[in-house]
Amino acid sequence: MPDPAPVSALGVVETRTFAFGERDPLVLASGQTLGPVTLAYETYGALSPDKSNAVLLLHALTGDAHAAGLHAGEPRPGWWDPLVGPGKAFDTEKYFVVCSNVIGGCRGSTGPGSPSAALGGKPYGLTFPVITIADMVEAQRRLMDHLGVPAWLTVSGGSMGGMQALQWAALYPERVRSVIPIATTLKHSPQQIAFDEVGRQAVMADPDWLGGNYYDHGQPERGLAVARMIGHITYMSDQSMEEKFSRRLKNDGFKFSFDAEFEVEGYLRYRGANFVRRFDANSYLYVTRAMDYFDLSGDKLFKPGAPVPRYLVISFKSDWLYPSYQSRDIVAAVRAHRGDVTYVEVHSTYGHDAFLVEYDEQTRLIKSFLAKTREGA
Amino acid sequence: MSVRPDHAAIAALVAPGARVLDLGCGTGDLLAVLVRERGVQAQGIELREESIYQCVEKGLSVHHGDIESGLGEFPDGDFDFVILNQTMQETRNVAFVLKEALRVGKNVIVGFPNMCHWKARVDVFFRGRTPVSRALPYRWHNTPNMHFLSLRDFEEFCAEKGIRVLAARGLTARGPVRWAANLRAETAVYHIARGDNFSL
Repeated sequence: MPDPAPVSALGVVETRTFAFGERDPLVLASGQTLGPVTLAYETYGALSPDKSNAVLLLHALTGDAHAAGLHAGEPRPGWWDPLVGPGKAFDTEKYFVVCSNVIGGCRGSTGPGSPSAALGGKPYGLTFPVITIADMVEAQRRLMDHLGVPAWLTVSGGSMGGMQALQWAALYPERVRSVIPIATTLKHSPQQIAFDEVGRQAVMADPDWLGGNYYDHGQPERGLAVARMIGHITYMSDQSMEEKFSRRLKNDGFKFSFDAEFEVEGYLRYRGANFVRRFDANSYLYVTRAMDYFDLSGDKLFKPGAPVPRYLVISFKSDWLYPSYQSRDIVAAVRAHRGDVTYVEVHSTYGHDAFLVEYDEQTRLIKSFLAKTREGA
Repeated sequence: MSVRPDHAAIAALVAPGARVLDLGCGTGDLLAVLVRERGVQAQGIELREESIYQCVEKGLSVHHGDIESGLGEFPDGDFDFVILNQTMQETRNVAFVLKEALRVGKNVIVGFPNMCHWKARVDVFFRGRTPVSRALPYRWHNTPNMHFLSLRDFEEFCAEKGIRVLAARGLTARGPVRWAANLRAETAVYHIARGDNFSL
């Protein structure tokens, strides 16, 4: 039987691109420049005449600009579809919702797999400059001006999306009315850097990586798949893995082999194999590196003399990759600057994945918080 | 909309437009009253997750956490009023919670059920049972209250610890009690601040 047709209240949407930086390239945190730049994005809903209803959504490590709605021919709607649409948390009848991709990625924006003018149109590979979360936001700020948005009503995202949201508040507090950082942190911890490093080592240890010049030969699939498998373990919780797989076997009895006999092994291999078809190995290196450099601790989240946006900080109890204490550190920083902040630790067993699973709770919080933010204009 | 007598008493003590922190704010009913009637800048702290959602739905800013672990990053004197309504007697370490409240708040308002209301005394003296009443609705085995006190107990405690009592209100479900409050009040509301010999 064929799969049922995918459904989204938004119907079919398209990813668009914004090209800039031919003459005025991005000046990166490293001091290097990047241009021309293409940034992929999607929009849902309409900008109000007073331009006060724009919302920016930002994605996690391997996400993309396709937050909601359907792409023709694809089996699933966008990654946050249950939160974005008419009557939903980010209500497209009230808000102009923008989701932007990141530079360094491989989902329609300029990254290491993009053609480099200096290399005569061959992919950048490792000649692509190392980028930071601030560089990603700087590119998004150009998109904001292109779209004619004076200020975001809110900037929100989970995990690395939350880091970008915080970075927005740090760089452009006068253009951000509120921030909804979810399952994220003010700075990457040694444990988080360590998991990223293991993923990068898995990619770089694959002989097919070829120092990053693999574009004529094909991806370092084994290394990238292992990186993804490690990632998936960190996104789940002990309890969610128990519930999802327990010790179930794919076949009856042990085969006394090293095949994927346990369901959890089959799942990880399947996820790894799927991932290499949609994600560029060098992008994995660059984007994880950007997260590792992320650090807005101390007073770096605040700009002297600028207003402090309102905050809604959400964490999940079983998330051990971005534990609740990291969200509470964000809250503490905002409180110390007398900012208006709401914090919720949602009881969930889904681990870090919870921000892509626990929609009822997030809807209740985001809906009311956005309404209040808009009312306070 | 009818306002609970303790909420009305607290609203009367809070200055208009004040910066207010409600410790153990529950579903935010008191803060909503204070926002509506006194135009305060409201913040709450609450332990129960479901209550947090209801606060956010009322448009309140609220923190999901345990007041017994302290008010950490709030600077000294950050709030004009800190409120502990029907919360203090449920905390394990009353002295610590009050000390933190008096640190971050220039003023503190405490509301609690009166253990020495005459009906409670009847329960103890004539019926030989732990009191169960409108203000103390729980049985001995399911009460969230860790501490049982009267108005006189609280005033003695304040005198001992150098806490200034700026106002005291005894209340029943019908409204304020004018005389013999320690006997006739079901609940009490106190407005306190650090005194000269403050020593918590």
